[in-house]
Amino acid sequence: MSSWEIIQQSLPMFEKGFVLTLWLSLIGIIGSIIVGLICSLLQYFKVPVFHQIATIYVEISRNTPLLIQLFFLYYAFPVLGIKFSAQVCGIIGLIFLGGSYMAEGFTGGFNGVAKGQVESGKAIGLSRWQLARYVVFPQGFSLSVPAMAANVIFLIKETSIFTVIAIPELTNTALDLIGMYYRSNEYLFVLVVAYAIILIPLSIILTLIEKRVRYGSFGN
Amino acid sequence: MADKILQVEHLEKYYQKRHVLHDINFSVDKGEVVTLLGPSGSGKSTLIRCLNGLEAYQQGTIMFEGEKVQPNEKTWQQIRQKIGMVFQSYDLFPNLTVMDNILLGPTKVQKKDRNSASQEAVKLLQRVGLEDYQDAYPRQLSGGQKQRIAIVRALALHPDFMLFDEVTASLDPEMVRGVLNIIGDLANKDHMTMIVVTHEMNFAQEIADRVLFLENGRILEQTPSKTFFNKPQTDRAQQFLDSMDF
Repeated sequence: MSSWEIIQQSLPMFEKGFVLTLWLSLIGIIGSIIVGLICSLLQYFKVPVFHQIATIYVEISRNTPLLIQLFFLYYAFPVLGIKFSAQVCGIIGLIFLGGSYMAEGFTGGFNGVAKGQVESGKAIGLSRWQLARYVVFPQGFSLSVPAMAANVIFLIKETSIFTVIAIPELTNTALDLIGMYYRSNEYLFVLVVAYAIILIPLSIILTLIEKRVRYGSFGN
Repeated sequence: MADKILQVEHLEKYYQKRHVLHDINFSVDKGEVVTLLGPSGSGKSTLIRCLNGLEAYQQGTIMFEGEKVQPNEKTWQQIRQKIGMVFQSYDLFPNLTVMDNILLGPTKVQKKDRNSASQEAVKLLQRVGLEDYQDAYPRQLSGGQKQRIAIVRALALHPDFMLFDEVTASLDPEMVRGVLNIIGDLANKDHMTMIVVTHEMNFAQEIADRVLFLENGRILEQTPSKTFFNKPQTDRAQQFLDSMDF
């Protein structure tokens, strides 16, 4: 069979993998943003006990590979009687990893708000909460958008690791097909193209969003 | 005796081990204009920032309107509504329009009705000649305009007392006069009590009732303005005045 035929025949399978990768990424990213936001707020307001817990979580999550986190969820947890399907493990793993990256992104944004802004907010009598609500958060979120955008791309690429727990996303689909038909060049080609179709337009859109948000908040 | 708005007693401030303010004692009467003069690094800005709690101090007391200020954030937050402060770098909120910058304090902190607060804001804007800029964003304004808005933002809270920290230091020369005129107007027409840190000697001479001269974190002299500019009590202050071109 010609390369073209091989590719054509594989497309329906890649399509499934493509859709699954998109879904897992989407849920993982939304979950990560929620977890990250909660952690960064706990840290910003220095909520007793919880902010220390958030810090410990962030450190563990950022300093262990997703691969190992997934092994833990998929192989070690069942030993303790906690058993999830592969996809649920994947999503939990991605959120566990992404949450800390998002938390650092938000925290970086909040910390990046100029000291003068905080002081002039205090000078007009804003309370700690009002200062956060009207000065630090609006500007901090804008400042954190570039980090968020980088995290989104990063997390989508990390879904390729799900292949180790046999979730049939894009990478797993390609590796499966290679295993069955030994046509690595063709399948890897499709795999690269598939990721590029997701990531290149997304990356362009995110850059535009970054510019817009920055202009909206800071006018440059 | 005039009412004292502010009394500072034995104030000491350290940055870690560096002793930056030494035994600061002074008071400000209602309606009085005090200027803080002194060379760079003498502690003028640090001192003025202590007066509304933006800098912590390690010893001494600050009495505001006859009451001792408990040095914690909650107390300061209350007092700051009565103390307006304007900074060298304007620090308008870039994400808010001019009007929203001005109304943030009155509507959120003082819970005033937005309509009446904005009518008042318009009057203040007219006073500084910027009533047409209500819906503009800070990025659309020049430095001088931003600084005038920052003054309006502070005045909108009806402060009893204003602090000006080198408010013309980062302005283009042709913008300086406009901003100084507004401050002068506040002093002369409204009899606003204020402390002004400035390097504009002519302006200081015009506006000040009294001069505090600082060096190395100490108040070297407190003199009525006329005396200070004619013949200061200390050689160091004379030297300082001689070095200034005015």
